[in-house]
Amino acid sequence: MGILEVKNVNKRFGGLKALSEVNLSVEENSVHAIIGPNGAGKSTLLNCLVGKLIPDTGSVMFDGQSVLGRNAYEINQMGISRVFQTPEIFGDLTVMENMMIACFAKRDGAFTLQAIGNMMKEKEVVDKAEHMLESMNLADKREMHTASMSRGDKRRMEIAMCLAQEPRLLLLDEPTAGMARADTNNTIDLLKKIKDERDITIAIIEHDMHVVFSLAERITVLAQGTPLVEDTPENIKGHPKVREAYLGETQVAA
Amino acid sequence: MLGLDKKDTGLLLVVVVLALFAPFILNLFPTNSGMAFFNGGYPDLMQRFAIFGIFAIGFNILFGLTGYLSFGHAAFLGVGSYAAVWMFKLLNFNILPGLVLSVIAAGLLSVLIGYISLRRSGIYFSILTLAFAQMMYAIAYSDLLGRWLGTTITNGETGLQIYNDDPQILLGNGPNVPHLFGLEMRSKVDLALGPWNFTFPVGYYLCAILLILAFYLSIRIFRSPFGLMLRAIKSNQTRMMYTGLNAKPYTLAAFVISGMYAGLAGGLLAAMDPLAGAERMYWTESGAVVIMTILGGVGTLIGPILGAGTIKYMENIISKMNESLLDSWFAFLPDWLQHAVVWVATWFTGEGWHMTQGLLFMLVIIFLPGGLVEGGQKLTGLFGRKRAQTQTKTEPAE
Repeated sequence: MGILEVKNVNKRFGGLKALSEVNLSVEENSVHAIIGPNGAGKSTLLNCLVGKLIPDTGSVMFDGQSVLGRNAYEINQMGISRVFQTPEIFGDLTVMENMMIACFAKRDGAFTLQAIGNMMKEKEVVDKAEHMLESMNLADKREMHTASMSRGDKRRMEIAMCLAQEPRLLLLDEPTAGMARADTNNTIDLLKKIKDERDITIAIIEHDMHVVFSLAERITVLAQGTPLVEDTPENIKGHPKVREAYLGETQVAA
Repeated sequence: MLGLDKKDTGLLLVVVVLALFAPFILNLFPTNSGMAFFNGGYPDLMQRFAIFGIFAIGFNILFGLTGYLSFGHAAFLGVGSYAAVWMFKLLNFNILPGLVLSVIAAGLLSVLIGYISLRRSGIYFSILTLAFAQMMYAIAYSDLLGRWLGTTITNGETGLQIYNDDPQILLGNGPNVPHLFGLEMRSKVDLALGPWNFTFPVGYYLCAILLILAFYLSIRIFRSPFGLMLRAIKSNQTRMMYTGLNAKPYTLAAFVISGMYAGLAGGLLAAMDPLAGAERMYWTESGAVVIMTILGGVGTLIGPILGAGTIKYMENIISKMNESLLDSWFAFLPDWLQHAVVWVATWFTGEGWHMTQGLLFMLVIIFLPGGLVEGGQKLTGLFGRKRAQTQTKTEPAE
């Protein structure tokens, strides 16, 4: 049993069958990549995992519990954190405030009314936030508004916030999309470091084969809403079906 | 001090000083001088400063922190007034039960309106709150609730007043005007200092103390984890949701808190003058608090107080300027020029004070999007820079 079990999931948008009979099992503490050409249903699948979409049929189990019908914040509190293609962070708040929100959410849950106490006197949360910023090399930008950070820093900020919540499963949606090669390599190193330092499962949707083959331990190839193959990176590289799906994309062949 | 950091303590002290010394600050001009017209230090206006200050501070907790623009906060102001007057009618003229009930009544109503309106955000939320407030206005204006129950609840267009045959079961020999344990709201102390006259009304000081408390509470809310979550709502609701936070109860709590502030303001209006009318729920009142907050500085601590003060000052002083007064002011000009100037000025004074308000509002929005607070910051920045420049200039000479 994997930590995440997707069984016979179907999702239809009008006449378009976005997902058909998707089965996926993500092993605990592994890095699992989901790849596929545009329109293969990667994002639809991801949205079904985090509560943004509800599949027409099928089941999605996280750690033995169904996530279907739950709100996004409930699924997050179960231990699934999501990193977006375009970093979603609190732009008009400072780096420290961003981090503190994540730390409060971890400590206090979806809602608590603490309307009087000074947030900077919550020592436990402040310490944790500062520690997280240190370990993610963001401490020197503590008072900066996140909207004015570079793309790479925004990505780092978003991942740092997700990690502050100590998730068991981290979902990454094309984390290096639109990044320069240097930033991409930094992100790969960051994710490798995260993987080495914690007990965490990472599921990653990615176009960039360089990223996929640097990180993934298992790869699922999705095409036209159906998983074609699931295997180790070595076997995926030479798989004829994959080549066919990508119509001879050289990166795959190489 | 009081759980605030240095900067916030300073801000609180500024408000305390402004509030306690308002009778001096607003009566700068000697009573018989030509400028005495601009004195604002009379009880009615000072009370309005404090009461609408409270209203705007509360509104800013919702609009400034979460970004949800309510266009129906007048409903809570009106309900607060009605609740307070009903306490006068049923018990006696002690304002305490009235103020307590006005806060509770406005709180309950805001739970209902907020719960429904917060199902939507952005412009749809604003329209829903506006619709609710106008419904409340219509109900109050025609006393629908009272007609349905077969009694008087809001007393329709006449407005709710206190009559001799009201029960007032606790009245006894107590005062026949609003009071706090015998201290009459209407009473005041006059002080003459040479040509200056200062008035210290009891009612104003009650409002001022509540304003200070309301301001202190709003600082605490701004700096609390709850306040941080409200700012998160304004900033990015998607990230909020995917950080495991449920935005809805946070927004509702902010809505209810600001509704209770409005209820307190409404209760105070009735405590200063024991009447309540439907016009207090009219949409222009909701609009006024939006303008006050934006004019002063949305999301800043002190902005709403400054905005409320500016608007209420203009409403009371500029609207009093009439043609004969303008004529006497510009009498030093040649006749034809005097007529021309007065003709132009009448457009912006008296009934036309809304024109002046509109112009000021436009100027602030265009040049100071952060409101009067931003203006103040720019001014201090300018002086700071000048000081820095003189320092660098003098350095080589040393």
